[in-house]
Amino acid sequence: MNWGSWLLWGFVATLVLTLALVASQELRLTRVNLPYVLGTMFTPHRAKAKVLGALVHLLNGYGFSLLYVATFESWGAAGWWRGAAIGLVHSIGVLVLAMPLLPGIHPRMATEHAGPTMHRQLEPPGFLALHYGRRTPLSIVLAHLLFGAVLGLFYRV
Amino acid sequence: MGALIPIERHGIIGDGRSAALVAEDGTVDWLCWPRFDSQACFASLLGDGGGAWSLHPVGGWRARQRYLTDTNVLRTTFSRPEGEVTVTDLMPVASEEEERRLLLPEHELIRIVECTRGEAEVETRVRLAPGFGTQPTVHRQRSWGGYCVETRTGAFFIRADTPLHWDQGGVHARFTVRAGERIHLSLIWSPEGPAVLPPVREGSEAALERTSQFWRSWVSAAQYAGPYQEAVRRSALALKLLQYPPSGAFLAAATTSLPERMGGSLNWDYRFCWLRDSAFTARCLYGLGYRDEADAFVYWLMHTTVLTQPRLAVLYDVYGNAPRPERLLPQLEGYGGSSPVRVGNAADGQLQLDLHGEVIDAVCAQVHSGGSLDGESRRMLVEFGDLVMRQWQQPDASLWEYRTAPQHHTHAKVLCWTALDGLLRLHQRGLLPRLDANAIGRAREEIAAAVRSQAVDVRSDTYVSTFGGDAPDAALLLLPWYGFEPASSPRMRATTARVLRELGAPGGLLYRNPVLRAEGDGAFLACSFWGVECLADGGGTLEEAERWFQRLLAHASPLGLYAEEVDPGSGHALGNFPQAFSHVGLISAALAIEERRRQAPLRSWVQPEVRA
Repeated sequence: MNWGSWLLWGFVATLVLTLALVASQELRLTRVNLPYVLGTMFTPHRAKAKVLGALVHLLNGYGFSLLYVATFESWGAAGWWRGAAIGLVHSIGVLVLAMPLLPGIHPRMATEHAGPTMHRQLEPPGFLALHYGRRTPLSIVLAHLLFGAVLGLFYRV
Repeated sequence: MGALIPIERHGIIGDGRSAALVAEDGTVDWLCWPRFDSQACFASLLGDGGGAWSLHPVGGWRARQRYLTDTNVLRTTFSRPEGEVTVTDLMPVASEEEERRLLLPEHELIRIVECTRGEAEVETRVRLAPGFGTQPTVHRQRSWGGYCVETRTGAFFIRADTPLHWDQGGVHARFTVRAGERIHLSLIWSPEGPAVLPPVREGSEAALERTSQFWRSWVSAAQYAGPYQEAVRRSALALKLLQYPPSGAFLAAATTSLPERMGGSLNWDYRFCWLRDSAFTARCLYGLGYRDEADAFVYWLMHTTVLTQPRLAVLYDVYGNAPRPERLLPQLEGYGGSSPVRVGNAADGQLQLDLHGEVIDAVCAQVHSGGSLDGESRRMLVEFGDLVMRQWQQPDASLWEYRTAPQHHTHAKVLCWTALDGLLRLHQRGLLPRLDANAIGRAREEIAAAVRSQAVDVRSDTYVSTFGGDAPDAALLLLPWYGFEPASSPRMRATTARVLRELGAPGGLLYRNPVLRAEGDGAFLACSFWGVECLADGGGTLEEAERWFQRLLAHASPLGLYAEEVDPGSGHALGNFPQAFSHVGLISAALAIEERRRQAPLRSWVQPEVRA
């Protein structure tokens, strides 16, 4: 395991993922703001939630990149397409598993069935996060493909 | 197009980011999100294709509007012998503490229907037209009820605690309310996901409570204790609705293209910040004791205009950028057919010499009220002085923004004098040690001499509109306001009398000047209030000032709001609505009257020799 390489390229890949999601928002592919989703788990204050969420997002990126790196090590090789392949699986997991589960773990998110309450007011993502825009799945898949490709391209096994 | 509702038959609600107009018939016919100067999603005020949110009982009902006491929460009451229904409209606001503690939608408009007597069938239709009707939308019904309408820039959420249906390109509902029942409707716009969607009933009631409390608390800080409290407080509340708190800027008005002449083409976009209004606004805020708002505004004046300094543009957007270039919206036929509808503003390219005087006067008001100047501001002020000395002899477009050949306007020259005089006063206080006081002092005297020799009609011994001219102008009423000449001097008294006589309209109103009057201009409300202030400051008696002020109060809308102008013939409001300049004029005049009555200074920045 090349810890130095992971620290550097895990950070870069997370940065690329974040920029890709911000660009998706600016290009009107999706409305989702992941740092805001993550930050509101800890505070209702909009501005603080975005800052806090960005930090959580960075830590998440590092956590997931560790899984990518472990996979590269087990294969004995990295490479952009291997990384992108893991990214594809990762994004499908995010869309199909994590997003539908989010209302269950997010303390301020409403559920599809019960609707909003005074404590749970955030719009739930819905199937494939489609509630945040019809092209949200596309932007999430693209962002994770980039994340994996960058990590795979630069990580040294 | 439906029946035309007069401009003054509208109420305004807002949240410090944007504002909506609600017509007396219960229709929201103007709303721009996310910002005052964004594209409108409701603009039926300017044409049928603009979108609207109607909400009213079915059948013939008499409607009247009022604000909940000391708030910007609007209540429209529909009544007839067998029943009464109220619609309470608000755009929620919250204190900083509440924003830290609560999850709140970024942009929301809430409407609460209540039957207070009998029973009524109520109908509502939400016809969204984002981008002034040009943006495509996709709608979906949500599992909790209500609809999500997606656009290129975000999503609208229309929800209610009564069933809603999609019908004819919009959301529609028809329901019956009985005495004591309340129905809640909410429209949220969210540019990002996830949107915050409070439960409609509890969320709306909590927002109503929070918002009412916010406004009451805010207006209770006003330090005016005179007899015109109701008018002054309403003006302060209207002015606050036109402030953009994230930057501190104040907009001229909440709308674009409401005509200055019915059926004409004098339709401008006023959703920007005119530096001209700055001295008036700052003095008025300090006078009422709203120090935070005033300081934020002066800070905005000095720091968000930095990109163009030492030159100043005529107008800026809320963040100090140049407004978008002016363009026409042919899809909207205009208010009452008054076309074209414009967005953006082209007045920006003009040379208007009064701007530096306005800004420096605002800074003086801040300093006189106990504020200080940072190093950067001092440097900018010195540069302003150098620029004014270089350019005061040039002709300009005047404060009335003529689009004809520039002239030497008296008001503009006096404002150059004001700029230099203000700098010298700051220098005397030790705040501008690097100012070349000798050069500034010489230039100030040259300007004063030029005005007194070239801007006076010798026959009547009155000031005139332009150098070498002989026409009066209502802007001359401001000469005492800026400290150029006491209102009680013989020449100023003669000037005031001439302006009132030659530019007067029925009801205590004043036209701006003979040229604009001949072109069909309406009576200009701010000028009319300047007349009151001039009388109160020594140009007349206290009784004269009060009598005139009371006549002007009669021109307010039923809700106490003012547009830019009034058509003296019909009494209808003209121009964008509500207009900050008019409300600032009202507050300033009320403060002047109160100062005269109490013989005690309320406006600390006014030089003693100017007071009566």
